[in-house]
Amino acid sequence: MPVGSLFLRGLSKKVWVSSLIYLILMLLIFFSTVNAQELTPNAPSDNEVNAIAKQLYCPVCENTPLDVCPTQACSEWRELIREKLASGWDESQIKAYFVEQFGDRVLATPPARGINWLVYIIPPLAFIFGGIVLFRAFRTWKKPAEMGDKNLAQPSSDEYINRLEEELRKL
Amino acid sequence: MMEDIETEITTAESNRTPESIRPRWGRIIAWLSVAALLALLFFGLLRTQQGPIGVGQKAPDFTFTSFDGKTYALSELGGKVVLVNFWASWCKPCEQEAGDLELAWRAYQTRGDVVFLGLAWTDTERKSLEYLEKFDITYPNGPDLGTRISQTYRTTGVPETYIIDRNGILRSVKLSPFLSLDEIKASIDPLLNE
Repeated sequence: MPVGSLFLRGLSKKVWVSSLIYLILMLLIFFSTVNAQELTPNAPSDNEVNAIAKQLYCPVCENTPLDVCPTQACSEWRELIREKLASGWDESQIKAYFVEQFGDRVLATPPARGINWLVYIIPPLAFIFGGIVLFRAFRTWKKPAEMGDKNLAQPSSDEYINRLEEELRKL
Repeated sequence: MMEDIETEITTAESNRTPESIRPRWGRIIAWLSVAALLALLFFGLLRTQQGPIGVGQKAPDFTFTSFDGKTYALSELGGKVVLVNFWASWCKPCEQEAGDLELAWRAYQTRGDVVFLGLAWTDTERKSLEYLEKFDITYPNGPDLGTRISQTYRTTGVPETYIIDRNGILRSVKLSPFLSLDEIKASIDPLLNE
């Protein structure tokens, strides 16, 4: 047998074994994936978890939304959201659960109750009040100028001021 | 002459119309509102700046339900020395003292006049239970729901331990993990002889 044919035969055997191993591995991966999907048919995606997580804040860190919080604790809370979603809970139920467990601090916006009402009432009231103050200020700024012009043209019609000025002149 | 002027001024003041008085009420209300808002902010800031409750004060009462469903109220533990430990499963320093706390509990349990209570702070139930199992913790533990108890005690983090005497007075606060069993005993033993 020629040396070349022996080499090819050896090579094809190696390729054949490698291909077989590769095929077995691919089949294993395929079936394990299919089984995992069958076990968790309603497994929530990361996007679904993060959609809720970004509306909640880490109860331990300062001002860090749960979806971007890098701590181990936040990772566990995101996992908790995933579990609740998989159990069929909706967004409002999950948020209520987090409030019950960790307090109002986990919410991005404070609930409108108790002293929290001030957060919703004060800014619009301050805006309206500021508008009124500005309106009144503009009016009063305009009046003295107009009155000043009139004062130059004619004496004051206020008897009290005329009398006062007259008495001051006498001093 | 001056008397005439004063009389005129008095007359002028008495002749003021209600329209000229009304804006003053507006100003008073506005200033009062600003003062009230500033007072609220002041007390809010004061509260947040306060540290944990002071040693020697009456320990605030609280009620919690343990992971196994039993309810505990501090007010019902009068006459006993109570150790309240705030912890979390994600807290590494908490692990440092977990074993020693359990050893201390086992040492005092038979006496009947010492109670250990563990409160899981901002933790998930599953992880809390895993933690309790890992350190074989047998004293009552439960979640600090809504972080209400930790807010009452004005905790600054975990682990924190509060030791309350038989009269319900807070006698010591530990804002870091206990480093040994002896340290825990040194905090409790003097209270047992009172």
